[in-house]
Amino acid sequence: MSAPLATSFIQDPDFINACYIVAFSLFITGLSMLTSPTTAVRGNKLAAVGMLIAVVATLLNSELNGSEFLLIAIGLVIGTAVGVPSAVRVKMTAMPQMVALFNGVGGGAVALIAWAEFRQAGGELGEDLAIGIPLCFAAIVGSISFWGSNIAFAKLQGLLSGSPIKVPAGLFVNIALLAIAVGAGVAILLGSTSEGLFILLLVAAAVLGNLAVLPIGGADMPVVISTLNAFTGLSAAAAGIALDNTALIVAGMLVGASGTILTDQMAKAMNRSIGSVLLGGFGGEAPAAGGGEGGSEIGGTVRSTSAADVAILLAYARQVIVVPGYGMAVAQAQHAVKELAKELEKRNIEVKYAIHPVAGRMPGHMNVLLAEADVPYDQLKEMDDINPEFGRTDVSIVIGANDVTNPDARLKTESPIYGMPILNVDESKQVIVIKRSMASGFAGIENPLFFDEKTQMLFGDAKSSVAEITSELGGL
Amino acid sequence: MDLLSELAILLLAAFVGFQVISKVPNTLHTPLMSGTNAIHGIVLLGGLVAIAHAQGPLEKVILVIAITFGTINVVGGFLVTDRMLSMFKKKPDPPKEEVEEAKPPAEAEPPADAEPSAESKPPQEPA
Repeated sequence: MSAPLATSFIQDPDFINACYIVAFSLFITGLSMLTSPTTAVRGNKLAAVGMLIAVVATLLNSELNGSEFLLIAIGLVIGTAVGVPSAVRVKMTAMPQMVALFNGVGGGAVALIAWAEFRQAGGELGEDLAIGIPLCFAAIVGSISFWGSNIAFAKLQGLLSGSPIKVPAGLFVNIALLAIAVGAGVAILLGSTSEGLFILLLVAAAVLGNLAVLPIGGADMPVVISTLNAFTGLSAAAAGIALDNTALIVAGMLVGASGTILTDQMAKAMNRSIGSVLLGGFGGEAPAAGGGEGGSEIGGTVRSTSAADVAILLAYARQVIVVPGYGMAVAQAQHAVKELAKELEKRNIEVKYAIHPVAGRMPGHMNVLLAEADVPYDQLKEMDDINPEFGRTDVSIVIGANDVTNPDARLKTESPIYGMPILNVDESKQVIVIKRSMASGFAGIENPLFFDEKTQMLFGDAKSSVAEITSELGGL
Repeated sequence: MDLLSELAILLLAAFVGFQVISKVPNTLHTPLMSGTNAIHGIVLLGGLVAIAHAQGPLEKVILVIAITFGTINVVGGFLVTDRMLSMFKKKPDPPKEEVEEAKPPAEAEPPADAEPSAESKPPQEPA
């Protein structure tokens, strides 16, 4: 930081650092406001302002010359051109994978910066361990986060199967890969200046990121994304130490720490431990997953029904509870559901929505979708409030939800999801399940609710099925 | 700055991070994850700092990609969080404070409300 003559006070490193202090104060305030519904919107904006201040302050750096500004502008413009439209256009249903993707590019940026720094140091990271160690750490963790997030994205987007993909001897392979990455890092710190070694480190971490996320079932993806989010934060903090940049240290660590707490809370809402999620294979050993014809494991038959029959059933109900799940999100059925509810309410039938905390692919997923369809907030009931209601309910309509209604979680100690809090749909007088097929949910286990004698299955796309019921109901 | 001061800052930031997130209602888990996600887009600064002494085309390309990635992370992250949160916000009467989390009646404003955060970038966007 020494270009004494041309330096005005705003280019003074102290001024830039003062801006950083303002920026991370805004991050901290914004973050704490994000934890309450009434202040969350403002909290997010505050954090964004903090980021703007940090970026502008960094650009005051007197060491930057014209051609570098051009390169920076290229990066900023392309990044904005990609980021803004994807953030604006993404459907609410695809939000989870979008977050995974944004997290991934963050991790990728850290890994790339570490690589560039390695080259600038001529590979001599061993010279100064206070820079070398955090740089290797940032490279490994950033690379894991980038590739892991991409796999999470691919799974949620349906590019890869959502069910656990087993890697033979996965744990050992992963440990071996981690050992290779760390080993390469140690060799560099001990004085090797081979760039090949650094690339080996990046690649081993990349493969590890892929293999670590592949075996994890889609239902656990929120926890995975949150973990990777914390990882990216940590790697950013490490990069901050290597680059001597307080804004990076504070903001990165803030995310690393709060991300860890958040991950823990999410896992708790699903009655899962972080360890068991990351070791993967939820339901991996459970009875044959997807597509199995009805009843092999559970014994019993599946009764399928038609939209017309469902409409008649509903017409004579007094209270109906809608239980939305991922299927509703995929089919974009929230507006159709709202129409059905309107039709029911016209007939003085009470309609409530039972929202399981982890229905869908992210906590709060269902709330967002139904809010989008203008469903009044007071009809959305949280699990603990709605569970006592099922016994008094004539018909429950399960729309594309599966694992969160599985009575095994309550009754069957040997079930992999035993102990997970569920919606007691099976206690209502009649259950209608709208589902595309008998395929199992993301946990990959059978749901005895579907074989219950009170249950009737309406096979088909959630949106068109619901719309059909509504029109049948209108014709009655 | 010397390593020990940096470690001290790191540790304090960790404690702040742990403390700030105490009990978050389930509904806000996703937006909070998305918001913290945007904040770690701060790595963008790393790219901006590092490019000042980048030598050779390869390093420059690496760093331009890093800056691009960081920008996507920041801009996309904040916008997406804002969109998610605005789903919960009620539009008509402005600062009505409902106290607890079962709060905002779902007046989803027409989903095209992404521009409000005119934040995060000097070279403003095309879209």
